[in-house]
Amino acid sequence: MPNICRADDLNPHDLALLDRLTFGASTSSATHMHGIGAERWLQEQLHPAANPPLPDAAKAQIEAMPDLHSFPFDIALAFEQQSKSANQVADPEQRKAAQQVFQQAMNDRARQAAARTILRALYAPDQLRERMVWFWFNHFNVHQYKSNLRVLVGDYIDHAIRPNALGKFRDLLAATARHPAMLRYLDNADNAVGHLNENYAREIMELHTMGVGSGYTQADVEALAKILTGVGIDTKPEDPKLKPELQSQLVREGAFEFNPSRHDYSDKTFLGHIIKGRGLAEVDEAIDILVHHPATATHVSRKIATYFVSDNPPDALVQRMAQTFKTTDGDIAAVLATMVHSSEFEAALKPGTRFKDPVQYVLSAVRLAYDDRVILNTAPIQGWINRLGEGLFNHETPDGYALTSASWNGPGQMMVRFEIARQIGSGSSGLFKSDGPNPVEQPAFPLLQNALYFNGLRKTLGPATLASLDRAISPQDWNTLFLSSPEFMH
Amino acid sequence: MNRRELIKTFAALAPLTVAGRVWAAPATNARMLVVFLRGAYDAANVVVPVSSDFYRASRPTLAIAKPDVGNPNAALALDADWGLHPALRDSIYPLWAKREIAFIPFAGTSDDLTRSHFETQDTIELGQSAGSSRDYRSGFMSRLAIELTRVKPIAFTDQLPLIFRGKTQVPNIGINNVGKPGVDDRQADLIKKMYAQSNLAASVSEGFRVRDDVYRSVSEEMNAANRGAVSPRGFELSARRIGRLMREQFNLGFVDVGGWDTHVNQGAANGYLADRLGELGRALVGFSEEIGPAAWRDTVVVVISEFGRTFRENGDRGTDHGHGSVYWVLGGGINGGRVLGEQVKVEQPHLFQNRDYPVLTDYRALFADLLGHVFGLGNESIQRIFTGVHPTNLALV
Repeated sequence: MPNICRADDLNPHDLALLDRLTFGASTSSATHMHGIGAERWLQEQLHPAANPPLPDAAKAQIEAMPDLHSFPFDIALAFEQQSKSANQVADPEQRKAAQQVFQQAMNDRARQAAARTILRALYAPDQLRERMVWFWFNHFNVHQYKSNLRVLVGDYIDHAIRPNALGKFRDLLAATARHPAMLRYLDNADNAVGHLNENYAREIMELHTMGVGSGYTQADVEALAKILTGVGIDTKPEDPKLKPELQSQLVREGAFEFNPSRHDYSDKTFLGHIIKGRGLAEVDEAIDILVHHPATATHVSRKIATYFVSDNPPDALVQRMAQTFKTTDGDIAAVLATMVHSSEFEAALKPGTRFKDPVQYVLSAVRLAYDDRVILNTAPIQGWINRLGEGLFNHETPDGYALTSASWNGPGQMMVRFEIARQIGSGSSGLFKSDGPNPVEQPAFPLLQNALYFNGLRKTLGPATLASLDRAISPQDWNTLFLSSPEFMH
Repeated sequence: MNRRELIKTFAALAPLTVAGRVWAAPATNARMLVVFLRGAYDAANVVVPVSSDFYRASRPTLAIAKPDVGNPNAALALDADWGLHPALRDSIYPLWAKREIAFIPFAGTSDDLTRSHFETQDTIELGQSAGSSRDYRSGFMSRLAIELTRVKPIAFTDQLPLIFRGKTQVPNIGINNVGKPGVDDRQADLIKKMYAQSNLAASVSEGFRVRDDVYRSVSEEMNAANRGAVSPRGFELSARRIGRLMREQFNLGFVDVGGWDTHVNQGAANGYLADRLGELGRALVGFSEEIGPAAWRDTVVVVISEFGRTFRENGDRGTDHGHGSVYWVLGGGINGGRVLGEQVKVEQPHLFQNRDYPVLTDYRALFADLLGHVFGLGNESIQRIFTGVHPTNLALV
């Protein structure tokens, strides 16, 4: 029985490590880790192959999504045309109907983007990368319900975030700064010479790089806003009309556009540096300044440590991670390695130290319950994490979801978690229901009392939890109680 | 006009003019709801400085017209200097006529100049001075709940907000998505036992208690809806539910409403901001209706936002992050129908950093004043909630 761990397979430390760096321990992931040893497993996670294979059943679902086979630019263009033609329908009733069809189509694109994100999070062997994909999306948050972002979020997470999630921070920042989703969300697409819009410039410094209170001023915000003028979006097929001397400055890549006629060519003073007015190269220079600012190394390191280690990560650990950030030119995998190999991280692996956020809670339950049997429908998961207040692409403001446990363990939140524990614990709850007009639901009872439970997890439960589990009156009831237990929340 | 002098005079007279409407202290029936508009709403287009030509010059596309009964898009006159956004005509303006609402312009954080939404929201919720090191486990409404012995606090939010974090266990519940509980009493009991020794024990047992209370209240409304009553949506639905819950069970509440960050196309008399304001106005009136006339007399609602926006409109018919805001205080027993607090003429030289409204009334001084009068708290209590703060005296209650 190659996929079943034996009783002597798992030690609590390795199990905790697995649980902390993935979306939750499952029988097969534990078996794999045991097979190759914790340190080699860690190296696999820090330096995965570019595209390690997903299980066929997950891959097939993703491959069936239309967006995967179109250029994002074409998708955005098609949606723009659909929107225009819907608005041009003369009859008000028909116009309303056409607009609804358009809205539905946009919703559908966002749902598909969420579905493939969830499938990857559940089944990708490079679990740490998927954890970082979630982390970085949240760090560079955009909200799907602004403008047409429902069309763009899938491309944003798949092409700006995921390829850079374990790479260089600079590449990640630059990729977000060129993505139409970000430029629309933080209004830089509207930022032009003489019509300054500070929104994106401010949030880059406050949220994406240096952090609030790290020394930049209102004048730096305005300087960066000027540097960013002309960086925007264009979905028209023809180039904008430009004066001849500016034409060579025009940059278009898909829907991204640097329009020199919208750029402020004056010289700027930014964080003490004089930046010569010269076009898009100013943005690269500003990004370099920001990435190399010591405050950025600290801010980003502290956030990563908050996500993986504790609500208040030890300052010494943050400083060592920041040091790695500086010496490796912002190499994310190297920063993570510093964190994982620290004594502070070891100490934080003891049971009950890290409270799961809603996404981790739901995904870890599904990974434990169904292991590598691939679910057929992610809609229930999308619904659960929405109810828990951490829906994918659904945080309205640019700060992203809170990473600290106090945000997620209030009385109301716990009640919703117990309800969801009951839904997951009681049956397949729609996870194995096919899509389409005549949905069929496959029988799939969650196997929580599995080998991993008996050989590893049971040892981590306290007497109060064991006593309540002993009083369960059915397997459904047992599952509900187990997924509701304080140990499983951590 | 020297408003400061005028208001001082007014304040001195106020206790006489509102005799009989002042709560007995300590007031056991007193209720307070804080409504936080997250995103820094554009205060200057809500309580409009109608006497300012500079206002209209600064906002070529966003300005609201001077009061004019013939123009449905004009501001509604409040006094010689101020007008109300027309989207509030059918909701808030009647409250003004009944003197059940007051506005405090130039309000906000006097010591937080970050112009960061998140930082300043934290500052306000913590109610601590911005310069010192912060204790994120101590929000000011949590400290208030500790001072009040018979208070029943609740946050009507999905997550427990910073303002209510602290030494007492305050329940929270997302109010627009309340379903019939599926976890039954037996399971609830077993779950509580699992948590009995954990640090979440209070959170879990309080959660079950509130869950059942709230479900009972909301199921009445569902029955009404089943009989064909029109059910409101969005924040109005939440606010009506909050009204019922605060009539029956809770007397200290917090709710937040997002979506006020308007960098682009915020609209003027109509448009994005107007729609949001319309919903807010309907929600607040819905709250007052549901809480009922008796409780409304003992209730104070305070509407706040982290900061205001730039006074001049930006290049995208929107506004960027600013400083001073306008706060609202409403309730059946308040001495309203007035625009209160220290004020300056809305002209370029009075702008803060030549950019936005200055803050002349600190949020803590305002809350300290209200808490003293609404809940009958003495200065020692007030100091434990807001260290080193001198309450303003606006004679609102």
